Amino acid sequence: MTTTTSSTSKKADPWYGPLLTLDVLAALAMVLALWAGLLYAKDATNLAGNEQTAQHIFYFHMGANITATLGFLVSVVGSVGYLLRRSLVWDRMAQAGVELGTLFGFCILATGSIWAKPTWNTYWTWDPRLTTATITVLIYLAYMLFRNGMDNRHTRARFASIYALFAFLSVPFTYYSARMFRSIHPVVFNGANADAQGGFNIGPSMGQTLIITIICFVILFLALFFHRWRQLSLESRIEDLREELYQ
Amino acid sequence: MRNDTLSGLLGRPVQMRTGGGTSAFLRKVWAVAAKDIRAELRAKEVASTMIVFGLLAVVIFGLAFDLRVPKSSMVVPGILWVIVLFAGVLGLHRSFGAEVDRDTLAGLLLAPVEPSAIYFGKLASNLLYLFVLELFVLPVMLVMFDTNLFQPYILLGLFLGTIGYAEVGTFFAALTANSRARESMLPVLLLPVMVPVFMAGVSLTAGILDGRPVSGLVSWLVILAVFDLIFFVAVYWIVDLIWDGI
Repeated sequence: MTTTTSSTSKKADPWYGPLLTLDVLAALAMVLALWAGLLYAKDATNLAGNEQTAQHIFYFHMGANITATLGFLVSVVGSVGYLLRRSLVWDRMAQAGVELGTLFGFCILATGSIWAKPTWNTYWTWDPRLTTATITVLIYLAYMLFRNGMDNRHTRARFASIYALFAFLSVPFTYYSARMFRSIHPVVFNGANADAQGGFNIGPSMGQTLIITIICFVILFLALFFHRWRQLSLESRIEDLREELYQ
Repeated sequence: MRNDTLSGLLGRPVQMRTGGGTSAFLRKVWAVAAKDIRAELRAKEVASTMIVFGLLAVVIFGLAFDLRVPKSSMVVPGILWVIVLFAGVLGLHRSFGAEVDRDTLAGLLLAPVEPSAIYFGKLASNLLYLFVLELFVLPVMLVMFDTNLFQPYILLGLFLGTIGYAEVGTFFAALTANSRARESMLPVLLLPVMVPVFMAGVSLTAGILDGRPVSGLVSWLVILAVFDLIFFVAVYWIVDLIWDGI
């Protein structure tokens, strides 16, 4: 009895199959990323001891970095989409993007701190790159609080979209901060940073690992994103039904 | 729907006065700002609170750091900018919060001017309050901390930083005016966005007080100016979106 109802509801839900596939893929991708980052990638040749071991966190740091940026980009797309179309689908997309971007933003800060302790001999320092990254996360935390403060769904969507557009200014600012200011944060790609401490060169196995982990993290991001997007649309449907009931 | 009845009653068609070029726009901005300043001169509600808070904050910081730091000029840059930011939040949320409390926001929005004129009017009055606040705080800091902040580059930095702060602050005050708990929401939204201004301002002030060469500090002034410019353009493009549909 219960099994038949649950199986019919599974059939009725077009999201069920694709989301399950994506979940399994994401779980496998995380295993693959762990294997590639910790075992497959060779140690950086110019580092030694703890620094060499800590360098392996770089792959997860970059993976989280790409997905956080992706989340914030999605939020901009969703916000612009809402402001042009005035459909809450876009707003939910922006919200899901911000939430995931902030989550991966915390991952960036955490992995960075773990790496910094053996390399810089401190978990935290007010370096330009670290400062701008923290501000970005704080701004997006404020975005979530701001959303909570408004009841009308369309007012909330409009104001949150406007704020998200402003908030996104901090993302390119973070990207360029280690290139513009004197920063000790290493710049691995496109140009070196003369003041960087703990930088390293990318060898062939490291480059492959980086590509693998980034793809794996993007799969994880997509799985989480579509779950959250769907969950938000279900939430919105419940709200619609409730409004109908209490009319 | 045509508004024949309304135009019939008034004897002329209702239309928004959007034309007229820059000088007409500035006149509308001034009209909004003058309304706010007149209300403030009568009620003495916003600027007076900011000034008193600012002076209190100087005293509290003085007590907090008294005899604990070797030279007061080491903490003065931070104190100055913290006071400007915190006292500013007090005034900024009132600029639209007061309109919402008195149910006059709809009336203001019905005025036959562009929404951006309302924003710039509010911005002008907020800027005035902030400058008055600084006019009171700087001499008191001179007395309390024995540090002369009346130096051209410090004042220029303060001027540029205040403009950026008022631009973003007025805009976020408009955004948060309709949300629950706007008094606490405004600083949460505003302060992280103001970090570039805060950092540039503190570094510039500290550099000048330490007597470092100005040529090395110009980049902070450039950051402040670029911040002002970016947000001026961004807000000008986006401000009309806040009030559509209200």
